[in-house]
Amino acid sequence: MSVWIAIAATALGCYAVKLLGLSVPEGVLERPVVKRLVTLLPVALLAALTAQQTFSDGGVLVLDAKAAGISAAAVALLLRAPFLLVIAVAVLVTAGVRAMS
Amino acid sequence: MLEQTDPSQPSTPSTPSEPAAGRDDRAVVRDALGVGVAVGLSGFAFGVTAVGAGLSLAQTCALSLFVFTGASQFALVGALAAGGSPLTAAAGAFFLGVRNTFYGLRLATLLRLPRLVRPFAAHLVIDETAAVTLAQEDRRGARIGFTVTGVTVFVLWNLTTLLGAVGAGALGDTKAWGLDAAGPAVFLALLAPMLRTAVARATAGLAVVLGLGLLPVLPAGVPVLLSGLAAPAVLLMQGRFAGRDRPAGGGAEWGTEPEDEPEDESGIESGNESEEGRR
Repeated sequence: MSVWIAIAATALGCYAVKLLGLSVPEGVLERPVVKRLVTLLPVALLAALTAQQTFSDGGVLVLDAKAAGISAAAVALLLRAPFLLVIAVAVLVTAGVRAMS
Repeated sequence: MLEQTDPSQPSTPSTPSEPAAGRDDRAVVRDALGVGVAVGLSGFAFGVTAVGAGLSLAQTCALSLFVFTGASQFALVGALAAGGSPLTAAAGAFFLGVRNTFYGLRLATLLRLPRLVRPFAAHLVIDETAAVTLAQEDRRGARIGFTVTGVTVFVLWNLTTLLGAVGAGALGDTKAWGLDAAGPAVFLALLAPMLRTAVARATAGLAVVLGLGLLPVLPAGVPVLLSGLAAPAVLLMQGRFAGRDRPAGGGAEWGTEPEDEPEDESGIESGNESEEGRR
């Protein structure tokens, strides 16, 4: 049940901010400091999420096969691999390291 | 959704090759379909990840249908899997979705949608549609690009979510297949193109430290929210350094790195501009 609550809250919130953008008069939210914050906020959240989901398992910090997989994905990104290939590399390397260990 | 990577995709091929006169409708449709297909397919990874995290098939599909912004969906699923409370998890997902407001602001002036259409169009305001639409030169092209990209991504994202969710059940232990790495890999792929400026890299670094450092001591989901504070913190620090630097006029403190302050500032500006340009 609580999962459904989270889904509903996320759906409503995400829809509201989308509609807000289309409906607000021009220029209202275009202050430079707001724009900068909005540019940087996803950077911070994505960085923290990447790190947490790579190096943790159930609230404990761990170093396991995922770290190898995500490192390989980072290399793929540096080599400008397309999106789907990056994900595939992460999954395959993680699975490979798990199978070997 | 696979938002931040994709703004670069449509415009990289289209902007340089494009004559200033504008493009015909078919070219717009072709670009829009290309983006839609590329992004829509990655819904498979989401379906697998969500089911692997313990969500039901219905819950997974509801997310793709009603939230329809990929980074938020992945974030919500990850937070719930880690044992976060529903509202903390939703808050993290919500903050990731806030940038769609700013796409909407730009799209509104370009599309000039009738009032009655807005509630429907709003659901399609995501990185991919913004990327394609903002690359168009006139309203007609923008409207075609927005509609075709939005509908294509929506249909494929939901179809592939369903396939991934069903497939995950057949796979059994998703960890053995390494599928728990898909979520963080998606985040990393979204993050990578945003790390062009020193300010962005500093923010990411601080956020990683906060996210990992607070993880063992705070309830699940809360550390990610707090790591969001890295954004205002870095902006404040940057503002303070810039303010200190200006009256000093390149004092000894900054003598070693005279280009630091202007570079940072222009870094943000040009970051914004290049994003706009790419769109």
